[in-house]
Amino acid sequence: MQRREFIGGASAALALSRTAIAQTAAKIVVVGGGFAGATAARFLRRANPSLDVTLVEPNASFVACPFSNEVLVGLRDLDAQRFGYDAVRADGVAVATQAATAIDASLRRVTLADGTVLPYDRLVLAPGIDIAWNALPGYDEAASQRMPHAWKAGEQTLLLRRQLEAMKDGGLVVISAPANPFRCPPGPYERASLIAWYLKTKKPRSKLIVLDAKDQFSKQRLFTAAWKDLYPGLLEWVPLSQGGKVNSVDPAANTLVTDFATHKADVANVIPPQRAGRIAEIAGVSDRTGWCPVDPVTFESRLQPNIHVIGDAAIMGAMPKSAFAANAQAKICAAAIATLLRGATPAEAKPINTCYSLVAPDYGISIAGVYRVVGGQLTDVEGAGGISPADAPPQTRALEATYAEAWFRTITGEVFL
Amino acid sequence: MRAFLAALALSVAAQVAHAADMPAGASSCSGCHAESAQAQSPVPPLAGRDPAKLVAAMRAFRSGERPATVMDRIAKGYSDEETAAIAAWFGAQARR
Repeated sequence: MQRREFIGGASAALALSRTAIAQTAAKIVVVGGGFAGATAARFLRRANPSLDVTLVEPNASFVACPFSNEVLVGLRDLDAQRFGYDAVRADGVAVATQAATAIDASLRRVTLADGTVLPYDRLVLAPGIDIAWNALPGYDEAASQRMPHAWKAGEQTLLLRRQLEAMKDGGLVVISAPANPFRCPPGPYERASLIAWYLKTKKPRSKLIVLDAKDQFSKQRLFTAAWKDLYPGLLEWVPLSQGGKVNSVDPAANTLVTDFATHKADVANVIPPQRAGRIAEIAGVSDRTGWCPVDPVTFESRLQPNIHVIGDAAIMGAMPKSAFAANAQAKICAAAIATLLRGATPAEAKPINTCYSLVAPDYGISIAGVYRVVGGQLTDVEGAGGISPADAPPQTRALEATYAEAWFRTITGEVFL
Repeated sequence: MRAFLAALALSVAAQVAHAADMPAGASSCSGCHAESAQAQSPVPPLAGRDPAKLVAAMRAFRSGERPATVMDRIAKGYSDEETAAIAAWFGAQARR
């Protein structure tokens, strides 16, 4: 009896010391260095400085999508969107400038393009979106060179900018907007607004048509009211119910085909259907929708244990695919992982999303949401959130444009500087 | 040995206290409210602020007494109790 107690005590002590060692030396691999991944890597180190954190990202720098619509119309340089990883490294994160090519969820290891194998205790996937090539018939990778999507900032942004600059006055710009869900729900409409502003300013005889696979979109009331005021006769939005859904595109002819019409564009911007970045499928964390269902408290995958998914790739209810949401989710996920590693239970968070759009350079509007966990999903807190007031004076719109820029400086500062 | 393990467990717990004790909602604030007081932003930092004043500000945003662009919409998502926990947490953070 005494002996058994002694053995029990010894093995319990051994187990405890192993747990303690595992805690101090736990290995976390984060795949993807955007708003979600870079935030997670830094906040994991802050939550517990003894964590061994590696950020896997093939690009040496990140090009941010928010405000890239300003780059399209010459209001901003692409360089203002570019951020490196020096500050992430300075926080003690190892940065592997490599693509992750394979994930073994049972052996818990990530293989990189150069053959390096990284074992992990917890894996955080933040791969953002991939374009679902050919989901819109005719729209493959080659087509994006003629009809840019510009939905991942960088060369695509510059290509669309050059096309807009080269277009003659009196030309036709056509934007194709996808069905939900997709990255940055108000993004197509901010883009339409700023392109309309550019045309009105520089090429006033031109026209812009938005062909939409939806009847409703984010901040719709504010956008449509502003369009009527600022861009009458210039910007036309065609909803799903009026034949707005693009069924196919032909890059050779630069045409977009709906049920009722074939639109021949001078500049065609196809914002195509999307899904979680490819590594999510490789890891087995995406479902039939192409996105990754996760627990709303820890952001751990519903499909694979020890793998967390944050940012645009993840789905957990009402929280939209925005940079603000990605950053907020990453901070919650980092804290949850630190808590799980010390054997405790993470508390439910109550995150926020805030998202600004510019309708013109000095005209900002916003949407906000507060979310809580209900039935395993993040759900809008009733009575909170919503869009800017419909009847706000110009000073309020100008203030929100200022806050939009301040938000970009603040969030990129927290994530990359 | 047991004392050593207990001390080790305590030190591990102390290291993770920072993020683990962050109350519901607080993690989202720094998306707009910069942690660094040097950040170029008209949005004020929250770290090191008097918790009672933060709670009062949130209550005024919620009631509409204090004009706002977006904080009125966000404040309505939190109770006084939740706001107090967030304010206490920010009050205890050092300004960076």
